[in-house]
Amino acid sequence: MVSEDMTQMESPRIDSGKIAEVSHGLERSVVERRDKVFSVSDLRVAYGGNIALQDVNLDVHKNTVTAFIGPSGCGKSTFIRCFNRMNDLIPGAKVSGTVLYHGEDLYGRDVDEVEIRRRIGMVFQKPNPFPKSIYDNIAFGPRVLGMDGSMDERVEGSLRQAALWEEVKDRLKDGALGLSGGQQQRLCIARALAVEPEVILMDEPASALDPISTTRIEDLMHELKRNYTIIIVTHNMQQAARVADMTAFFSVLVDEDGAGRRGILVEYDSTTKIFTTPSDKRTEDYVTGRFG
Amino acid sequence: MTSLASTAPSIAADKPRRLWRNRIFMWAMLFCMFVAFGTLVVLLVDTFITGWPAVTKQLLTGLPSTVPAEAGARPAILATLYLGALVLLFSVPIGVLTAIYLEEYANHERWWNRLIEVNIQNLAAVPAIVYGILGLAFIVRGIGVGRVVLAGGLILTLVVLPTVVVSSREAIRAVPDTIRQGAFALGATKWQVVWRQVLPASIPGIATGSILALSRAVGETAPLIMVGAITYVAFNPTLLGPYTALPVQIYNWTRQPSADFQVLAAAGAIVLLVIVLSMNAVAIFLRNRYRRQW
Repeated sequence: MVSEDMTQMESPRIDSGKIAEVSHGLERSVVERRDKVFSVSDLRVAYGGNIALQDVNLDVHKNTVTAFIGPSGCGKSTFIRCFNRMNDLIPGAKVSGTVLYHGEDLYGRDVDEVEIRRRIGMVFQKPNPFPKSIYDNIAFGPRVLGMDGSMDERVEGSLRQAALWEEVKDRLKDGALGLSGGQQQRLCIARALAVEPEVILMDEPASALDPISTTRIEDLMHELKRNYTIIIVTHNMQQAARVADMTAFFSVLVDEDGAGRRGILVEYDSTTKIFTTPSDKRTEDYVTGRFG
Repeated sequence: MTSLASTAPSIAADKPRRLWRNRIFMWAMLFCMFVAFGTLVVLLVDTFITGWPAVTKQLLTGLPSTVPAEAGARPAILATLYLGALVLLFSVPIGVLTAIYLEEYANHERWWNRLIEVNIQNLAAVPAIVYGILGLAFIVRGIGVGRVVLAGGLILTLVVLPTVVVSSREAIRAVPDTIRQGAFALGATKWQVVWRQVLPASIPGIATGSILALSRAVGETAPLIMVGAITYVAFNPTLLGPYTALPVQIYNWTRQPSADFQVLAAAGAIVLLVIVLSMNAVAIFLRNRYRRQW
């Protein structure tokens, strides 16, 4: 009786496509005509022998926003950290399979992970500005990489791109920890842009922010898409629907004995398709709110 | 109003047992605090009453003498300052670099790193006299440095090094991992992350710990007696010359039969207290000034 009511409540939503407004998404055919930035095949990540994520195959295309969604523990954050080799920093983490970046193996023997992290920037779940001035936060990356050119211009340009310049231009020497949460997160985005990356990875960038700050970050993603390739992990389906062109749905696979839990990629398609006519039942259950 | 009060149960206290217990424990804790703090106050007040008249220019700038009225502690005070400077010079770089290695580089899965970690904690608990014996055998006689200020500085460095390492490690550990990740994600190398982010962020904690360790070193007597901080030095100490230190000087004055020397000892204790407490004040100032909210 109860379950029937639930279905009745939810089925009209899926029929009318109103689970979430898919506002900016590109068609899959349009996305796939663009250059492949990443090409992931048979990826598996294990932490100290426990498999966290397995059998992932997907391509990420240039100047698009790709979202990873799924319930907690599905390995989406683990996955995004494979693209800039942040998993290397975790003792016992082992990545197998291939991640090609413009055709080059990211995990190849001669690869310089420092150069990877310059080209593939990252914004974290919780804003993590350095305990320094706003200016020095932006300047840190260019300085450690020994980049040339006027630092003042670089700082201003990065802050403008992150839509923060007008708010902080008169207090660049003030401590970054004095900014609000939303401003701190935009500062972290500006900091990532300052080293001229090609890709920006965002691991739940708005989960610690209020709705207004979240909207600003989302608007920013639409802007940045023109010049950068963006990959975002989010637990917020509406957010994925609002910002992403392509969406990958991850789920948790529990072993028969119930002991092991590992993340798997269930479905990867255009955001419109994932949110309106998903091919997999598990995706449908998740995006309609019946699971997770 | 009255009708409301009459329906509700009275809130007048009839002192049930748990309320009494509440009070008894508060008084017991207050008493313990007074025992601890009161003893200290009595000692300080007694020292000040006895010694204050003898804290004179003569004491601060004069040379030791067998005549109490002419005795001063200039060589001892200077040697104590030299020792403090040497301890800072040796223990801070060695201690901080050790702490950085253990926190940022050491693989904690490896048995030798775990062995070192456990033993640094143990070393901090080793009595200072043991370091004195060690210093006598290896530094004074072994490598033949002799009974000089430098040897005293090295031995006091050994005494406080574990404390510096432990407090620096705590300061480094208090830097959130998100800062390291943020720096790595921008393409910084390990060294750049440590040198430009972790170390600057942990300097207040490191400075506080180092100064507190230093004030402990300055007050140590036992290891210095062991390695021959001799008691009668009628000249300014040099790095490679014989010396005495303020605590040793105080100790020797207390052993003199004349009551006037007891007064001098109390006065010397006041000088030592002022040195140590001002170091602690600097440490507290640094801690409060640079305390960070993450």
